[in-house]
Amino acid sequence: MNIDSIRNGMVIDHISAGYGMKLYHLLGLDEQDVSVAIIKNVTSRKLGKKDIIKIDAEIPVNLDVIGYVDPGATVNIIKNGELVEKKNMALPTELHNVLRCKNPRCITSTEQELPHVFRLTDPERKIYRCAWCETKAE
Amino acid sequence: MRSLIDILDLSTAEIEELTVMAEDIIARPDAYAHRMAGKKLATLFFEPSTRTRMSFEAAMYDLGGNVISMASAGSSSAAKGESVADTVKTVSCYADIIAMRHPKEGAALVAAKNAGVPVINAGDGGHCHPTQTLADLLTIKREKGRFSNLVVGLCGDLKFGRTVHSLIQALARYEGVKFVLISPEELKVPSYVKRDVLARRGIPYEQTTDLLGVLPDLDILYMTRVQRERFFNEEDYLRLKDRYILTPEKLKAAREDLSIMHPLPRVNEISVAIDADPRACYFKQVKNGKFMRMALILKLMEEAGK
Repeated sequence: MNIDSIRNGMVIDHISAGYGMKLYHLLGLDEQDVSVAIIKNVTSRKLGKKDIIKIDAEIPVNLDVIGYVDPGATVNIIKNGELVEKKNMALPTELHNVLRCKNPRCITSTEQELPHVFRLTDPERKIYRCAWCETKAE
Repeated sequence: MRSLIDILDLSTAEIEELTVMAEDIIARPDAYAHRMAGKKLATLFFEPSTRTRMSFEAAMYDLGGNVISMASAGSSSAAKGESVADTVKTVSCYADIIAMRHPKEGAALVAAKNAGVPVINAGDGGHCHPTQTLADLLTIKREKGRFSNLVVGLCGDLKFGRTVHSLIQALARYEGVKFVLISPEELKVPSYVKRDVLARRGIPYEQTTDLLGVLPDLDILYMTRVQRERFFNEEDYLRLKDRYILTPEKLKAAREDLSIMHPLPRVNEISVAIDADPRACYFKQVKNGKFMRMALILKLMEEAGK
């Protein structure tokens, strides 16, 4: 299958197979009026199978979301058809408005303007807790 | 601006500093009687509370300061839909320090991030209640003379009891502390407390449903009330509320130097007949709470340069 190279934008590579669509939605790409290709189940030497997302436009992308969903992914920044930067993802220490606190007793349940902030409290077990009420993210 | 949201915001050195100051206040109350003259504490209680609110108010008056407060949550601006952030920004214009209780978890942190003055968390839902823990710690210090090498029994509602979780976190920082966790199966200490606080630090603990069996081993017995307001289901509350009732008969199995503590209010989990027993410390705890709140107000005001 051929997907054209992109000129200016971003290639999110080494996404664990099956996580491509999840990332697509969490990054809000479904709401963007730009060319996006989601390639699923590509053969990968490193992962066996992987997903890839190509975004053919220079739009702001929340890299923390990528790090949270799949810390093994890599982000390649493309300018004028050339790879100019390669970024390895990692679990972000803090997430802003990516997850929502599900605790009905949390202050964010009544005060809608408050940002939903989660902090990485246990990197080994990938546990995030609400910065306000400390409830574990589901 | 330094506030107090969680007991772990204070280092063990600072806890030591506060207990030393509180004991000095107890020994020389006159030396502190005017330290907060001309200063105002605002008590913002968005949830009913008698003892905590009065303790803060008494603490500020005993320091020579004044207190302003709202009549009740129902008559406050919150009832009109004002955010916590806006309320504390407004109150910061009138008061030098705020003590706040709110039913929502995390509300105290929101207040601290927005107030122009120090905020003391006087309880945010089931989350934190650090000044209760300070009262508990001063009581332990005065009764036992130490925080280390203690066998601490916690009994009752260990699942929803925020005072229990805070006390475990606070005491887990000292050497040689062992916890005995006594509760019905349904109200056991949450697994994250056991894993993140106890297991991670290698602190010994024992879980049991049998109070009498472990009573002879304890230096401290911290009783708690099964709180009706933390249950969604009345049936569960009724089934569990009378599970542990401490009576003079049961207390015969305990050591002579046991200290019986309770954050109060009690319902029936400690028989009134025990109040006269020299091992009962819960009303001393109330008094100690006021002295620790005095010390805390002084510390936060000093750090704020007031």
